[in-house]
Amino acid sequence: MLKLIPVIVFTMILSACSNISNLTLYQQLDGQAGLERLVDSFINQIGNDEQVFHYFEHANISHFRAGFLNHLCVLTDGPCKYTRDSMVEIHTGMHITEADFNHVVDLLINAMNEQNIDHTVQNKILARMAPLRSQIIKI
Amino acid sequence: MNKLKLLFVTVITLSVFDSFASQGKLLATPGVSQVEGSGGGGIVPWAQLAGYASEDEFAINGFCSRADVTDYTLDVCGTQINLFNRVELSYAQQNFAVPALDTEIEQAITGVKVRLYGDIVYSDWPQLTLGAQHKSLDDGTVATLVGAKETSGTDIYLAASKLHLGAIAGYNWFWNITTRYSEANQLGLLGYGGANGGEKLLFEGSTAIFLSREIAIGVEYRQKSNNLGLGEQDWHDLFVAWMPNKYVSVTAAYLDLGSIAGAAEQTGWYLSVTGYW
Ligand code: HEM
Ligand code: HEM
Repeated sequence: MLKLIPVIVFTMILSACSNISNLTLYQQLDGQAGLERLVDSFINQIGNDEQVFHYFEHANISHFRAGFLNHLCVLTDGPCKYTRDSMVEIHTGMHITEADFNHVVDLLINAMNEQNIDHTVQNKILARMAPLRSQIIKI
Repeated sequence: MNKLKLLFVTVITLSVFDSFASQGKLLATPGVSQVEGSGGGGIVPWAQLAGYASEDEFAINGFCSRADVTDYTLDVCGTQINLFNRVELSYAQQNFAVPALDTEIEQAITGVKVRLYGDIVYSDWPQLTLGAQHKSLDDGTVATLVGAKETSGTDIYLAASKLHLGAIAGYNWFWNITTRYSEANQLGLLGYGGANGGEKLLFEGSTAIFLSREIAIGVEYRQKSNNLGLGEQDWHDLFVAWMPNKYVSVTAAYLDLGSIAGAAEQTGWYLSVTGYW
């Protein structure tokens, strides 16, 4: 049990650091400009990917860009209101597999790394996206 | 020993050919390989099934591990097959060296594990898995000598695990708890059952924090029963796992295995490498 102490102390130090910031995720991502850079990196990742590009083959890229940005803005507590189709409506008929979903998460992580987004901020974004999976895959 | 070397070489060789690897899980989420060959941490089997297979894929992994404590060395090599992230089949060969007695104890372990519910990342409740490990000593002489009733046995366990994204100051937090029904003495290396008793329900747990996508540090605990009356104690470890990609993982740990066969304070190091296809 003694061995747990360093871990607990370490964890407490970590939490102390991160609580300094009361900024929203949106602000930590540098607002609209930051989101746009992230989404462009993400689109670039998808466009260069053999495994999932076929889902996007017939998509309208500027429509996707605007929609994903809008969704991300709401997801990160930005000053936006989501005005588009629901996740279920958008992804119905795509038959996205578990593996392809995770692959897109990998690509989003690549994009976040490309934009030098802090590891802990990345995790908070992923934590908000993860619960949406059931509205997106296998439909 | 030659069998182990062969497996080790196979693991290393196969990690070079990564072309048909299944990759359907997120990095690091399958965990690594535990000392009895199942997907898990170092000493505890976890609820995740070994390898990166999602529900549409299968995966094959190979691993070798060495635990080097005060008076003993344990070498393990083995393999796991993951079928559609529903069933895990595993086989491992353990070689336990007791230099003081110039003796080696060998044991083969066949494992099966079935995912009953969930996904460690996405489901609301933890992933839940039921597993069994059938273990059999190649030569039961030492086990019989120290008073074990049998030279083979089967452990049954139920494991639950969850990865909480960004849960601790933005870092991903993992935990697993396992309850095991077993009569094994020191993993079965000293046989099964004894004068002090037999089957017992034992508790095991692991927890880790991911410092990055690739590196996790954590602790494990495994309760042990003292069937032989030789003062068998609970096991602990402190580990660092490095999972740089979906083809290989390396785990190092500090072990505290308590007293083994009358020799007290068995502490030391553990190193394990798993290759994934
Ligand atoms: C959401 C949907 C889409 C995404 C994410 C996407 C993304 C990309 C990306 C990242 C590239 C590579 C750019 C580069 O290599 O610098 C690309 C190239 C291209 N895309 Fe798209 N695109 C999408 C939709 C479309 C659509 C609807 C069309 C056609 C109607 C299209 C036609 C092309 C063409 C012709 C290329 C150039 C290929 C080349 O240079 O070899 N894309 N796309
Ligand atoms: C949590 C993960 C995801 C979120 C939050 C998400 C969200 C969105 C949003 C907001 C749009 C824009 C809709 C619009 O145009 O207004 C969209 C479109 C799209 N998504 Fe997703 N998505 C996710 C995962 C995926 C995955 C894993 C795939 C495929 C493997 C996928 C494929 C698509 C495609 C192809 C479109 C374009 C549809 C079209 O315009 O025809 N999405 N998604």
